[in-house]
Amino acid sequence: MPVLTLRAARIPVVALTAGALLTGCAGMGGGSSGDKTIRVLMVNNPQMVDLQKLTKKYFTKETGITVNFTMMPENEVRDKISQDFANQARQYDVATISNFEVPFYAKNGWLMPLDGYAAKDKAFDQKDVLPSMRQSLTAEDGKLYAEPFYGESSFLMYRKDVLAEKHLKMPERPTWQQVADIASKVDGARKGMNGICLRGLPGWGELMAPLTTVVNTFGGTWFTKDWKAQLDSPEFIKATKFYVDLVRKHGEAGAAQSGFAECLNNLTQGKSAMWYDATSAAGSLEAAKSPVKGKIGYVQAPVEKTDSSGWLYTWAWGVQKATRHPDNAWKFISWASSKKYEELVGKSFGYANVPAGKRSSTYSNPDYRDTAGSFSEETRKAILAAKPRDPGVQPRPTIGIQFVDIPEFADLGTKVAQEISAAIAGKQSVESALKKSQQLAEKVGEEYR
Amino acid sequence: MSNPTTAVSVSGERPPTAAPASAPRPVARRNRAREWATRAPLLPALIFLIVVTQLPFVATLVISLFDWNSFRPDRRAFAGLDNYKTVLSDDALRESIVTTVLLTASVVIVSVVLGLLLALLLDRKFRGRGLVRTMLIAPFLLVPVASALLWKHALYNPEYGLFNGVLNWLGGPQPEWLTDTPLIAVEASLIWQWTPFMMLILLAGLQSRPLDMIEAARLDGAGNWQIFRFLTLPHLRRYLELGTLLGSIYIVQNFDAVFTMTRGGLDTANLPYTIYETFYNAHEYGLASAAGVVVVIGTIIIATFALRVVSSLFREEASRA
Repeated sequence: MPVLTLRAARIPVVALTAGALLTGCAGMGGGSSGDKTIRVLMVNNPQMVDLQKLTKKYFTKETGITVNFTMMPENEVRDKISQDFANQARQYDVATISNFEVPFYAKNGWLMPLDGYAAKDKAFDQKDVLPSMRQSLTAEDGKLYAEPFYGESSFLMYRKDVLAEKHLKMPERPTWQQVADIASKVDGARKGMNGICLRGLPGWGELMAPLTTVVNTFGGTWFTKDWKAQLDSPEFIKATKFYVDLVRKHGEAGAAQSGFAECLNNLTQGKSAMWYDATSAAGSLEAAKSPVKGKIGYVQAPVEKTDSSGWLYTWAWGVQKATRHPDNAWKFISWASSKKYEELVGKSFGYANVPAGKRSSTYSNPDYRDTAGSFSEETRKAILAAKPRDPGVQPRPTIGIQFVDIPEFADLGTKVAQEISAAIAGKQSVESALKKSQQLAEKVGEEYR
Repeated sequence: MSNPTTAVSVSGERPPTAAPASAPRPVARRNRAREWATRAPLLPALIFLIVVTQLPFVATLVISLFDWNSFRPDRRAFAGLDNYKTVLSDDALRESIVTTVLLTASVVIVSVVLGLLLALLLDRKFRGRGLVRTMLIAPFLLVPVASALLWKHALYNPEYGLFNGVLNWLGGPQPEWLTDTPLIAVEASLIWQWTPFMMLILLAGLQSRPLDMIEAARLDGAGNWQIFRFLTLPHLRRYLELGTLLGSIYIVQNFDAVFTMTRGGLDTANLPYTIYETFYNAHEYGLASAAGVVVVIGTIIIATFALRVVSSLFREEASRA
């Protein structure tokens, strides 16, 4: 009876992880903290940092519920969440999960369905949540398993002033080739400024996200409809070569170790003239204290063979099924994802920092449009144009634009990203990186055939 | 010149213990009761130790025999020694074993050599010696992850790091340290951290030298180099071994530097990082446990040697006293 042995072994497994040891006391029982406490694990993006600042003063004051936050960088937060939820260890009641995890988390029975709560909570106004968001957080059983905190697509950000100095005009709907040309012309426009910042840090949620959207629009795909790996196809190679060449020639220094955070720094500090990344980055670029506030222009994600190529992504609140505080967990979610909270952020930190991209009402709010006008419309367009069921030129086996929606993708994507990161560092050719990657992908594909 | 230090055979043979007390039987029984009376208060601590250290390891052993991916709880099954086969045949894991050996060996050797040089310098009397010693020890007191962050951002970063800043000021080239020489860059930060540790051990060794011997050698007309070569080095051998072994045990397990600086990219993934990836990212609990067990076995082998050296050190001290 292996299952029995493993059930018994589960407790030491949890204890084995350093994290569990550190917060073990909090994780066990939780009786001492009373019933008015919930524990939330979230990614350390700026929107979550704002949330942490506002929670005590407003949410706890209104409801008496104390919220203990744990924040980590993206790669680590994913690992930690999947571990806690897989074991139903109850270390956290609520966690930021994404539209990548929801389908298979729900399938494994790790999440609490939220339909009942959402229907009862009239003030929350579930209908206001954008259709594509609702769809991407609904599992195969038709139930809703998470509520979006903010949604994002990807687009191209560029320094209007730098392009103007060089007498360059950014097209309305740029192609990647046009972007590469502009990057070569603005490279070195100012002292220490490179043409474009693109992620190169290994990780399926780092380098792999923007690169996969480039692959999609170049006509490539990870898998065919019947799970044949396509990483050595001419389209995939062409797209990867394009990306690697661009970042090597006109990209940032130390690209193989640069992720979202490093590129954000580069743009804010005036070290990069362009950046292709998440629409949610715009809020930080236009923040009150940002030195590049008002200098950035925004256009839709560059394309080659498709109409749009922006990704679709949302950080959303999921509730662990084993939680002891489901009602309080919903109260927190309902507050954090509400219209009221968006107003609160607007008044406290400025409307550029509103966790947007999830509600239609956000885009009809005059205050928000005034401040975020420069990027809000482009963001809304990008989210509406994203087609997670049909992101490329051929049918796909799973839902998802910048990822393949299977649990194995976290590992596969990361390993492939390590190979391509080595190509960006000049340690190997793109061909040999993708040859190794193809073998890894074939192994995964076989399991699904 | 003969080697004057009391030589203890390396094979670690034990000096004969005191002859057993030939006491009549009843006394022996009473003795045993007394022995247990002294042991009893220690038992709770021993049991606690076993529960918190050995039981999790047994659990790890059990888990390592299962094919268990946490994303697929329904597919859990007994797999026998399959995971161990995978560990020893998987390219990524094999590469990480090579990386671990490279990383450990180079860091330990360079730290020992640098530590020896620093220890020899600190062994001389000069003004402000205490202050210099404290400053040299500082890197070892730093939290490993903080040290890794410091090296990644404050020193290596090509855009705003100190190294390139200085080179820029001197009009030199602007290398991308972590991209061009990833493993050496990681090693450099570890060497910086571990040199003080080696220095401390060797300094202790130097200060326990019998000075009259050196005095005698000087009278016999031995030069500095000869004294170092024939007196100091043989005396330091035990300390060098100790530093090497303790350093190896710690550096084999180093995770922070690789994780923080390169994320295991560019062939810098060592075993602890690969286990982390297997466990947290691929969610292969069985495979990660098997890899962990393999590392433990390797570490035990090294540790056995280390303990032998330490015990022979103590014996040497005892025989000298």
